[in-house]
Amino acid sequence: MNRLRPPATRPPSRTLEHGFRWLCLLAALLPVAVLGVLLFDVVRTGIGRIDVQFLTSFPSRRPEHAGIIAGAVGSLWLVGLTAAIAVPIGVGAAIYLEEYARRGRLATLIEVNVSNLAGVPSIIYGLLGLELFVRALSLGRSLLAGALTLALLVLPIIILSTREALRTVPRGLREAGLALGATRWQVVRQVVLPLAIPGILTGSILAISRAIGEAAPLVVLGALSYVDFLPDGPMAPFSALPIQIFNWTSRPQAGFAVNAAAGIIVLMATLLVLNAAAIITRNRMQKRLGR
Amino acid sequence: MQTTVDSDACLSPPYRTMEPAQMSNPGVAAKLSVQELSAWHGEKQVLVRVSLDLPEHEISAVIGPSGCGKSTLIRCLNRMHELVPGATHRGSIQLDGEDIYASGVDPVLIRRRVGMVFQKPNPFPTMSIRDNVLAGLRLTGMRPGDLDAVVESALQQAALWSEVKDRLREPGTSLSGGQQQRLCIARALAVEPEVLLLDEPCSALDPIATTRIEDLLGTLRERYTIVIVTHNMQQAARVSQQTAFLLQGELVEFTETDALFTKPKDKRTEDYVTGKFG
Repeated sequence: MNRLRPPATRPPSRTLEHGFRWLCLLAALLPVAVLGVLLFDVVRTGIGRIDVQFLTSFPSRRPEHAGIIAGAVGSLWLVGLTAAIAVPIGVGAAIYLEEYARRGRLATLIEVNVSNLAGVPSIIYGLLGLELFVRALSLGRSLLAGALTLALLVLPIIILSTREALRTVPRGLREAGLALGATRWQVVRQVVLPLAIPGILTGSILAISRAIGEAAPLVVLGALSYVDFLPDGPMAPFSALPIQIFNWTSRPQAGFAVNAAAGIIVLMATLLVLNAAAIITRNRMQKRLGR
Repeated sequence: MQTTVDSDACLSPPYRTMEPAQMSNPGVAAKLSVQELSAWHGEKQVLVRVSLDLPEHEISAVIGPSGCGKSTLIRCLNRMHELVPGATHRGSIQLDGEDIYASGVDPVLIRRRVGMVFQKPNPFPTMSIRDNVLAGLRLTGMRPGDLDAVVESALQQAALWSEVKDRLREPGTSLSGGQQQRLCIARALAVEPEVLLLDEPCSALDPIATTRIEDLLGTLRERYTIVIVTHNMQQAARVSQQTAFLLQGELVEFTETDALFTKPKDKRTEDYVTGKFG
């Protein structure tokens, strides 16, 4: 058995240890630095452009008259509809998988598919949405078609984060409920969900903020970039903030580059607010569970 | 299967597990009757053909070393065992003569008649003390007229009323460990079960809280049939009328508590109660 003994180890090298530590620190700082430079550049270019006129105007041929109202309102509609579609379906799917499904082929099949869907590039969802919602279901290039497409896109995120939230509820509480003679659904609704709701909200907000930033699937779907009216319902044609920014960046005039930067600031600020809300709800949950 | 024997005969021959005779206490009606119960977690067998009769309005203790299957045994009594993925069983359990595992029997209804208190106190963290007591009624959609009376009666029975009557709106988790466990007992009693199962209810509690719960069990016996799992032999000796000794999933001996501790018939029981192993 002596042959199997590991070779005598050398004393660990201090330089190597230190070197590795610095390398890791560098790796950790790199993304922050890149984001910092991007933000700095964008803010420097665009911050002066943000005013009431910019926030309340429709697009225009002249950059100094153009604004983001059509894109912003379109994005609000999209986000609202997407949340209304994706959250109930995603939470329902997660409750099924976590609370009801027996470990078996069906559950495994669904799980593998959900994980795979989370990795599909967003433009593929755009193509699917174009074929399925815009053409097959004849919804046209409407807000509803856009929201359904984005809902598909964020569904895996909602399912995965809801399952995480459900898993943080101790098993003993479910057993306590069942031992009192409650059905599974009674336990889920009155014991598990009240504890998991903050986590579910966090996941849903993060998923929705992903939907706000998406441009690619909407471009494929045929969202408009020059809209001089506000949508009057889910069947209206629409624009969205990322589409508007994308459109401005492709114009030659310098003024539109400034507009794009200002639009990016508005979009980033919205995302930051949403992410902050997600973090705050998560912290509240942890307090409530006493951890 | 049930043989009527006088109490002397009950003390005579050592029970051999490979020949599972109905081990019963004469004279008292069996509330729960377990017949040839075997149970598995996946491939692993945790109970081997256990048969015993649990008499009404008495406290039966189940003792044995860790992993002997005592928790599994009582979790079979209210069909909680089957909730664990991969858990299976064979054999039958009768509650008042009705097979609780018969097809068409709703486990939810069985659990309303056979309540359970767990090892770790587990009040619902989102609910107040009052709502915790009422949780069983609320969860199951029962609407009794006088909720305050239900709360008071359940907390009185659990010997917790005087300590919490002025703070019923505070969260259940604000109580001490021992109080939380009595709150869980009150919660189980509020749905008016017939049988109360306790799975090592004092193992997370200090000695004073343990004493309070043991005293409480003595009074609860008048209204309920009680089965308590414990790893603490002194506790079994203090609170129970009969004791079952389980070893590696087999029921070694089930008889009156005094007899089991003073005149064990099986060598393995003797070794266990005298502390030679376990």
